[in-house]
Amino acid sequence: MIDVNKIRKDFPILERKFNGKRMIYLDSTATSQKPIQVIDAISDYYKNYNANVHRGIYGLSEEATDLYEKSRENVSNFINSKQAESIVFVRNTTEALNLLAYTLGKKLKDGDEIITTVMEHHSNIVPWQFLKEKGVKIKYIDINEDGTLKMDEFNNLITERTKIITVTHVSNVLGTINDIKHIGKIAHENGSYFIVDGAQSVPHMPVDVENIDCDFLAFSGHKMLGPMGIGVLYGKKEILDEMDPFMGGGEMINEVHLSGATWADVPLKFEAGTPNVEGAVGLSAAVNYLKNIGMENVREHEKYLVNYALKRIEEFNGITFYGPRDSEIRGGVIAFNFKNVKNEKIAKALMDEGIMIHPHDVASILDINAVMVRSGHHCAQPLMDRLGIPATSRASFYIYNDLDDIDEFINALDNVKKVLKL
Amino acid sequence: MTYDIYMDFILENYKNPKNYGKIEKPNATSRGLNPLCGDELEIFLIIDKNIIKDIKFTGKGCAISIASASILTEMVKGKDLDYVKNLKENDLLNALGIEISPARIKCALLSYKTLKEAISNIKN
Repeated sequence: MIDVNKIRKDFPILERKFNGKRMIYLDSTATSQKPIQVIDAISDYYKNYNANVHRGIYGLSEEATDLYEKSRENVSNFINSKQAESIVFVRNTTEALNLLAYTLGKKLKDGDEIITTVMEHHSNIVPWQFLKEKGVKIKYIDINEDGTLKMDEFNNLITERTKIITVTHVSNVLGTINDIKHIGKIAHENGSYFIVDGAQSVPHMPVDVENIDCDFLAFSGHKMLGPMGIGVLYGKKEILDEMDPFMGGGEMINEVHLSGATWADVPLKFEAGTPNVEGAVGLSAAVNYLKNIGMENVREHEKYLVNYALKRIEEFNGITFYGPRDSEIRGGVIAFNFKNVKNEKIAKALMDEGIMIHPHDVASILDINAVMVRSGHHCAQPLMDRLGIPATSRASFYIYNDLDDIDEFINALDNVKKVLKL
Repeated sequence: MTYDIYMDFILENYKNPKNYGKIEKPNATSRGLNPLCGDELEIFLIIDKNIIKDIKFTGKGCAISIASASILTEMVKGKDLDYVKNLKENDLLNALGIEISPARIKCALLSYKTLKEAISNIKN
């Protein structure tokens, strides 16, 4: 088990108080807090090593380049990628997926198909929808009542025109952990590329790209203790080699003449312009922090928290949660709503939706108790449509949360009805 | 952040909103969305000789956005269009009588924006 009290001491922000109360941060699915080791690594970089990378001949530039490339190797090892060249630094998951939609999309033709799911974050839907104007068709896998994917539909929807299958590893709303290894097999048997959105898995559980056998994996640094503005696109090197660049500019070229240009080798081919060196260094420090704890332990801790939280929510009369009950297939995220209770005096405006209290009001009232949860559609409006609700509140957990946080959260939920006089 | 935004006046307008419902043949209507939270509001108006004879709204939203729609529709019912055209965001916020945090201001003003849009869409 992990020692939460010891871990908390590494996170300066958690000492802040709101309304005189200890902050209970339950929004790590949106972004994680940062340990002092990451903050110090960024500060150390600027104090001692800052220079532009891959250009200077002088020693300082070589040191900066070395730090940047060592960060790449560290991230590569973290997800068990065999080559550091498979790691492309980008801004975030969204940019990684846009890079893929642009480069892979260029090769698609009228009538080609992409399969994704209704539980995706907008970042794994909208970039693909850009391709509709060239006649590319997008098919969506539906979910079962328990929030798991209808796995049979893959075989029903796949055709020889299916060029790409792109699926989230863990849903940022339902918490569902998808069987991506199985989906990858279906994709590869069909000769389709297989892309995994790892934004909600890489920070929370061991992820091994060799084992999953995905062609691409996208994830964000800021959700895994690292800084904002750095993310990763992992790609199989032989595929990256064949792909056209995404953005043009410095760093990504081999040579440029007025008549044209040739491209640098991967990964620099995809890293136009001065990169986020501070971000890469910070992400590497975050990876070290997570490695020290052990990703198996992170996962076990979150299972323990989500089991306890689901039990408390079930005991709390009048709350409904979305996604699987079984913590074996659920990450540390719980989207929930107050249920519509018969004969209770409720707002007409929400009655039709079967929801009793709007998530915005829930989040506002929890905030009074310094309990920080997200409310809204969580950038997953197609999933909200599928569930037939406008929005949810969402609590999510990480290594610095413990059972006390969940108790405070449940106590604060008690306050919601009182404040609204329901 | 305090409990103050959930005053009785707001809660009453949230639980029993005034002018909630549809108008079958409106001569002005608009649908407003709050993309951050998926809230939506539809406003229907009957305007006769520049006067708002009737106004109703439907939609789904938080206590603040529903209460604000209830209070706004009460404010403008029976008034002429110039009154609505001259109505400022602050006039509505003052009428709500609560201090709204930046995160909730969009909820409070969804009805205002939707009404302004409806007025600019008037059919003859």
